[in-house]
Amino acid sequence: MNAIDGLSLGFSHAFSLGNLGWALLGCFLGTAVGVLPGIGPALTIALLLPITYQVSATGAFILFCGVFYGAMYGGSTTSILLNTPGESGSIITALEGAKMARNGRAGPALATSAVGSFVAGVVGTLGIAFLGPVVVDFALVLGPAEYFSLMLLCFVTVSAVLGGSPLRGLTSLFFGLSLGLVGIDLQTGQPRMTFGLPELFDGVNVVLVAVALFAVAEALHMAWNHVDGKVQVLPVGRLWLSRTDLKRSFWPWIRGAGLGFPFGVMPAGGTEMPTMLSYYAEKKLVAPEYAHEFGTTGAIEGVAGPEAANNAAAAGILVPMLTLGLPTSATAAIMLSAFQSYGIQPGPLLFQTQADLVWTLIASLFIANVMLVVLNLPLVGLWVKILKIPTPQLYAGILVFATIGTYGISNSVTDLLLLYGIGIIGMFMRRFDFPVAPVIIGMILGPMAEQALRQAMTISEGDWTTFVTRPGSLIILILAALALFGPRLYALATRRRRTAATASVDS
Amino acid sequence: MTSRLSWPDLVAGLVVLGFGLIGFWQASVIPVSPLYAQVGPKAIPYVVAAGLTALGIGLTISALRGGWSHENPEMAEAGPLNRRAMGLLLAGLLVNLVLIVPAGFSIAASAQFVLVAAAFGSRSMLRDLLIALPLTLLVWFLFVQGLGVNIGAGLLESFILRLMGQEPV
Repeated sequence: MNAIDGLSLGFSHAFSLGNLGWALLGCFLGTAVGVLPGIGPALTIALLLPITYQVSATGAFILFCGVFYGAMYGGSTTSILLNTPGESGSIITALEGAKMARNGRAGPALATSAVGSFVAGVVGTLGIAFLGPVVVDFALVLGPAEYFSLMLLCFVTVSAVLGGSPLRGLTSLFFGLSLGLVGIDLQTGQPRMTFGLPELFDGVNVVLVAVALFAVAEALHMAWNHVDGKVQVLPVGRLWLSRTDLKRSFWPWIRGAGLGFPFGVMPAGGTEMPTMLSYYAEKKLVAPEYAHEFGTTGAIEGVAGPEAANNAAAAGILVPMLTLGLPTSATAAIMLSAFQSYGIQPGPLLFQTQADLVWTLIASLFIANVMLVVLNLPLVGLWVKILKIPTPQLYAGILVFATIGTYGISNSVTDLLLLYGIGIIGMFMRRFDFPVAPVIIGMILGPMAEQALRQAMTISEGDWTTFVTRPGSLIILILAALALFGPRLYALATRRRRTAATASVDS
Repeated sequence: MTSRLSWPDLVAGLVVLGFGLIGFWQASVIPVSPLYAQVGPKAIPYVVAAGLTALGIGLTISALRGGWSHENPEMAEAGPLNRRAMGLLLAGLLVNLVLIVPAGFSIAASAQFVLVAAAFGSRSMLRDLLIALPLTLLVWFLFVQGLGVNIGAGLLESFILRLMGQEPV
């Protein structure tokens, strides 16, 4: 099915009252959790996973995607008014946005980020609709060997390329892979890594790990060096884009969206890199008369561009998730486990066997974007009120949800012990700057990679060279090796050249 | 750059190394499968354990060379451990753990709420309790009746259900 047919099919389903309701609920919840510091979309979707037992797959995924998009919108409000970015993608927005707010320009900052998010959301969703089927055609020819290599590439990019250090990123990934191994081996029925505890035979639940890392660890981390005091919410002022603001925002929106989407699509997922690149691009390209605003009073270009990049990248993440079944962010990984709980395997066949679901979901993303602009522009006052929930009650409340989300899995105190144990590990991970997203991704993707490996080995009758003799697989493996060692080698090469240069100067 | 070893980072590296060794131990006790498979159930656990061990060694070496956490502004600027906040928070988690089976979710989670709020500097325990009880009950009803999660009714939930004329399950 091509994009146009797909979208018309999708919109015909998406406009049903039920689906509109799920989208609205998702957008509302998403904006709320995006605004609240300390909770994000991954945690929220994890807590909502039980809904998969009650609601049709289409409704549930519209809800989840609404949360996912909404959190991106809401995150910018917090960065601008509190100067505390809710998630990594909003760090750059906080840079200029909070400065604008401090100089009485919070209104235009909020407006440009909401409209920018909308522009980027529409561009990104169009990208999903048109690129998705193309990727699917390509993905249909991939065998288990290529899939396994693709997953290795994904592991490398999410852990070693993004973030501060490959060593720590890979450690997080391997921790996640270990957690994914716990339980009965599906192929042979042997219990693995269970320490002989029957409670662990079913494996470690992903909801539990997500709640531990995103709620318990976060609360513990905040308590570590907590200082009593009230947070300062900056006043919003008039929510309006003047003609000049609009003119100054327009190209940054477009450039940000164009920059963000490809980054999201590549298994190099994540939103830090495109937002940062967009920020530097806008700083370079800004009209000379406004250049002085960067870093001083806050430049609107520095909010518009990165915020658009953030949202377009978030949309892009859905492409590998829907077409290849490869999650490149913690949120996508949890959505993937929701697909699994419906017995649906995301991957190229999804577009064929579940065409209704996929296209209704994509159409709903457009609708969600419209809803989100409305929720975030005229209703911004509501979110500002949410921001004023005091920290003590906020964290206490988050832990109430964490408890019920985990205890509800099987009414077992063992689960709560595991929750707190992993939460304490997560606190130390925060403390020592280990990223947490690779844990979730490794946990979900690890078992899938093992299955692909075993299938590939069964097909090749135990011949390990299958991964390098099949050209597709070889190319992907080379890419993975480049992603892992490339930056190192490049740094080494430039250093050597520099030493050579200084040496020649010395002589 | 300093080249003095960093004690906290060294401990972190050794813990990761320890996880790797535990992984080896657990991989070695996986029973050999009677079923024939090209890749048995032990292969990947060994690979993952080896990876974790190697990373643990890498982190340990990095710590011996001065570590990494001093480069992280969030940690470098962090204040000392707030014993009161941490103690109250951990007490909250513990109380929840102890109470949840005998008393049920709402009572256990309310006790936790009050202690956690106190950990983050709230001064009025009574007010927090008055927020916590309706909140936890609302959350319980939301999850049990809205999301269909099966969580047994505790003391408080049974009481409310009886008031509503329903028989607690």
